[in-house]
Amino acid sequence: MSPLLVILFLSLLAVCFLLGRPLGEYLGDVLEREPVPSARFLSILERRIYHLMGIEAGDRMDWRQYLGAVLAFNLVGFLFLLALLRLQQHLPLNPQGFGPMSWPLAFNTAMSFVTNTNWQAYSGETALSYLSQALGLTVQNFLSAATGIAVMAAVARGIRRRKATNLGSFWVDLVRVTLYVLLPLAVIFALFLVSQGVVQTWMPSVQALWLAPAAAGAPTHQVIALGPAASQIAIKMLGTNGGGFFGVNGAHPFENPTALSNLVQIVSILLLPAACCFTFGKLVRDRRQGWALFLAMSILLALGTGLAGWAEHRAVPALTQPGVVQTAGSLEGKEVRFGSESSVVWSTATTAASNGSVNAQHDAMAPLAGLSQMVLMQIGEVAFGGVGSGLYGMLIFVIIAVFVSGLMVGRTPEYLGKKVEAFDMKMAALVVLIPSVAVLVGTAATVMHGQVGQWISNPGPHGFSQILYAWSSAANNNGSAFAGLSADNTFLNIGLGIAMLLGRFAPIGAVLALAGSLASKKRTPPGPGTLPTHSLFFIGVLVGIVLLVGALTFLPALAVGPLAEHFAAF
Amino acid sequence: MTESTPKPSGQLLNAPLLKRALLDALRKLNPLHQLKNPVMFVVWVCSAFVTLLWLHSLGGHGEARSGFILQIALWLWFTLFFANVAEALAEGRGKAQADALRGSRKDVIAKKLLKEGDRAWAPVEGSTLRVGDLVLVEAGDTIPLDGEVVEGISSVNEAAVTGESAPVIRESGGDRSAVTGGTEVLSDWIVIRISSNPGDSFLDRMIAMVEGAKRQKTPNEIALDILLASLTLIFLLAVATLLPFSQFAVKVTGLGLPITLTVLVALLVCLIPTTIGGLLSAIGIAGMDRMIRANVVSTSGRAVEAAGDVDVLLLDKTGTITLGNREAVAFVPAPGVTEAELADAAQLASLPDETPEGRSIVVLAKEACGLRERGLEKLHMSFVPFTAQTRMSGVDVEGRRIRKGASESVAAWIQAEGGEYPDEVRTASERIAREGGTPLVVAEMLPSAPGADLRRPWGGGRGGDVEAPQEPGGPTHRVLGVIHLKDIVKGGIRERFAELRRMGIKTVMVTGDNPLTAAAIAAEAGVDDFLAQATPERKLRLIRDYQAGGRLVAMTGDGTNDAPALAQADVAVAMNTGTQAAKEAGNMVDLDSNPTKLIEIVRIGKQMLMTRGSLTTFSIANDVAKYFAILPAAFLLTYPQLKALDLMRLHSPESAVLSAVIFNALIIVVLIPLALRGVKFRTLPAADLLRRNLFLYGLGGLAVPFIGIKAIDLLVVAMRLV
Repeated sequence: MSPLLVILFLSLLAVCFLLGRPLGEYLGDVLEREPVPSARFLSILERRIYHLMGIEAGDRMDWRQYLGAVLAFNLVGFLFLLALLRLQQHLPLNPQGFGPMSWPLAFNTAMSFVTNTNWQAYSGETALSYLSQALGLTVQNFLSAATGIAVMAAVARGIRRRKATNLGSFWVDLVRVTLYVLLPLAVIFALFLVSQGVVQTWMPSVQALWLAPAAAGAPTHQVIALGPAASQIAIKMLGTNGGGFFGVNGAHPFENPTALSNLVQIVSILLLPAACCFTFGKLVRDRRQGWALFLAMSILLALGTGLAGWAEHRAVPALTQPGVVQTAGSLEGKEVRFGSESSVVWSTATTAASNGSVNAQHDAMAPLAGLSQMVLMQIGEVAFGGVGSGLYGMLIFVIIAVFVSGLMVGRTPEYLGKKVEAFDMKMAALVVLIPSVAVLVGTAATVMHGQVGQWISNPGPHGFSQILYAWSSAANNNGSAFAGLSADNTFLNIGLGIAMLLGRFAPIGAVLALAGSLASKKRTPPGPGTLPTHSLFFIGVLVGIVLLVGALTFLPALAVGPLAEHFAAF
Repeated sequence: MTESTPKPSGQLLNAPLLKRALLDALRKLNPLHQLKNPVMFVVWVCSAFVTLLWLHSLGGHGEARSGFILQIALWLWFTLFFANVAEALAEGRGKAQADALRGSRKDVIAKKLLKEGDRAWAPVEGSTLRVGDLVLVEAGDTIPLDGEVVEGISSVNEAAVTGESAPVIRESGGDRSAVTGGTEVLSDWIVIRISSNPGDSFLDRMIAMVEGAKRQKTPNEIALDILLASLTLIFLLAVATLLPFSQFAVKVTGLGLPITLTVLVALLVCLIPTTIGGLLSAIGIAGMDRMIRANVVSTSGRAVEAAGDVDVLLLDKTGTITLGNREAVAFVPAPGVTEAELADAAQLASLPDETPEGRSIVVLAKEACGLRERGLEKLHMSFVPFTAQTRMSGVDVEGRRIRKGASESVAAWIQAEGGEYPDEVRTASERIAREGGTPLVVAEMLPSAPGADLRRPWGGGRGGDVEAPQEPGGPTHRVLGVIHLKDIVKGGIRERFAELRRMGIKTVMVTGDNPLTAAAIAAEAGVDDFLAQATPERKLRLIRDYQAGGRLVAMTGDGTNDAPALAQADVAVAMNTGTQAAKEAGNMVDLDSNPTKLIEIVRIGKQMLMTRGSLTTFSIANDVAKYFAILPAAFLLTYPQLKALDLMRLHSPESAVLSAVIFNALIIVVLIPLALRGVKFRTLPAADLLRRNLFLYGLGGLAVPFIGIKAIDLLVVAMRLV
């Protein structure tokens, strides 16, 4: 592992903390204070929106109503996006004249963006009109992120309130998060990206002549894609969406032009998920809990980055033989502009945080780096994870950790004074189970499919890794890919689409039910018999449980994929 | 019958118990029985499946050596059998007790009264009696069913239920009116009103409880079941999908064969939490058993578990925190009175007083002032007993009237007669109360006139020579001083409360004393809080307040007036000596009627949870090593590079799989004693306890199977099993 990687990683965490903490406090204000102290001028706009939507600012929902609103809202978003993708040829802002997406691909894409996954079985510059990108994908980038934060807020209220049913109003949370947090941040970030050279235009693609043809008979000109990229990339990074404007995502010079844009984008991957920790601490009136979650997530990310960094910097024996100097780490599949270290940090941050944007080809990384990325997704996207969703995902592991350790100290387990009982365990188990089932069943179904040989670029254990990665990414709503897999076929489009659907809304349903159950309970005041959930020791237990559950579930699959590949090469 | 005792031997295992358990364990192999436990049911299906694979392999077309498949099949059945043995052993101890109890539940001929208020009776079968019937029970009769004494008094031998052979008094009215069916009346007669129908009596409930027949899963057990079932499901998937993964690997590499079903099933059984799954019901039954051995009958497992969660203990002062009796510790004479004078009067007033308090005054008089006891007859004195009106007691000796009583009562008496009540005595009384004592004021009234010589020839107060001066002029009143009666806090109780505090349990003393006295005793005993001048209503309100604050409250009680509070408390222990109402309202009955038992109950409840938690952690942590044993073995030919994962360097794929399966079965046997005895309980704060248990069972669970599987592998090879 290189010292540069360590410095890069530690500064990343430090910056996420320094920016994330005040941002988290502000997000907390947005979610529970009326009006938001530092942004009063937006409240006029907020009231207008409520008036337009016909909702009352004081609407109160129990968990069923809240879940109903989440599902209804996302269903409408899905149908709207599906229609847009199928009808883009009839709609304006389509300078390249792209036709409609095929049904399976449109289903996959619409599901992908509604679920905050942003899995892309297409390339933006060769498949989507500017209208589809801006009005379809970008809008969903905002709304899916806001949905995640809203659900987190509902869960936090469930923990804080006692003998209550009210979890707040989904509509109010949605509007406020978008208006007060996501939009302003995205505007600032988009302007920064434009300053670095990210394109933002309605102009069609331009044709450029080659200075000299690459080879005899090769095309003499090149198409350079343009479009409203900066506005989409800003929220793609901030909202843990990750779906690039261009096919190669953060490796494209118009999507990530400079060293500075590269660094700032890495920070933007983790910024809001990190802030959510502190928001949670504020919402449950116990900031130490926010700290504890931030630390636990940081440790998981550090472990993943350490493993990937170590693997990427190991000399490959097969290359040592012919005398290849490998001191700069493996550069296979990486943007030389960014180098090995920033690619490693980006790759683990983006898989840990359910972002899914990439600035290098994960497919080409060392087997154990790929393993690290897969594990970070397979543990359920809880090392920071998606905005809001990473936090409530981690809370599920907290509940399980609290349950096991509570039994070990001889007391009915409780978290923040709420007793964890059978129903709560049932919901927690569902949240952990459903994505894991989707990953394993999906991978098994794919390897049994007759055409699997045509979809993977490598027949050995690496080909297996490509399939496992795809399902891990989809079912945990990450969206990044081992690029070697050709995913645009009916089987994978539909299958992965269903995995994304299950991986997003089944946990949301279960955590909201859990929030409803917790809200209805009394709150036991803490005493010496209470197990503290903010101590370093408990953080260790939590990290251990996350890794143990992940490792025990996926070790066989990882053994025939990245591990078999690793031990063959080293 | 009277010899039968529900207290089983403390011994964990003995030969007949073991024999019975082994037989029961075989019987429990019935799949219908296994259905209750999802983890063990999966093991049953797996065992049956591998047995079929073995039968198939006998034809020579098996997927592996038939000897290997047979060994795996046998060890899978053993896994199931060992789990059954654990459960049967735990149940066995209860069953032995239940048999003893059943002996005392014989049907008796009862003397049913024909008419209320009339002694005429007719013999009827005990089993025909119903709630509300009146029954006459005379010396030598067995009480047919639970009931309430409505008339009479008698001594009863309750050994059948409590194991205590000393007879107890049961009488109508008051707090000792409840009788239990199956116990025997030794003297006199009583009329009881039957309070439970046959089959529903205390004895029936107790039998059901010790047998575990009525055992319902506790909330925590259900939650744990959900966790274990989820893990089982996850592993089922992880293992099931390994088959296509392996087929895919064979297809792309062209090497080896896909993983065999035998190895897959072996891996599955190794991974699913069989250790805790197999021991779970044994832990629960053993917990109830520990409760019964502490002589506590709980009406539900839920209550036992709730006991571990209790964060507030309401303890009655008298009998729990202090010894039942107060003791005289000092004489505080009034101005102008010597201590000897006071001691003499106090001794006289207490001579006929047979209460422990009265005795202690006589003892103090002897110790402090050298006053010997005097013969009552010689003094020609008459005893004036305590009445609710005067609230004083004392003696009249040849015209001299000596009284002792509470400060206010004596003041009222003196002042009614026109006497003076000195301020000094009042202050002294208050001081004693503040210090937690009970002041008892002693005063006398002489038939002589005031102004006469008050110094009388006490002569050191020798007995027999008391000659009070008989001068004319009306009675003289004199307050002699105060006796300091002190509550004696039980030895060691302070330390127990400190222990409870470390466990996060708050202790609240409940007493009828005034707040000053209560505060002083609370401070001396080291309780966290107290409720003074407690009435049933205030007690009930206190419990409700704590519960509204999210706390779980435990209390003990025996009287009918405790019943509402008992019904409200989360863990309510009724004393066996108490009334039927109290026993009905509580969710546990302490047969020893020892209020300190509450602390023991909390311990048992916690220990049960801890045992479950620790074994769950151990069970899950074990899986890591099993993966490292089986995965490289399963892919030896397809991906030989995975040999790198074989940290234990096991002999061969067959020996690796077999060793893991054997370890998985044997670890259940190894842990049976721990499951029955419970993990060691320590009074530590939660965080320290977690650190300790996690180190022991978490890290231990990681390390032990690495060593165990390696050792078994060496043995398996040495014995040429593969």
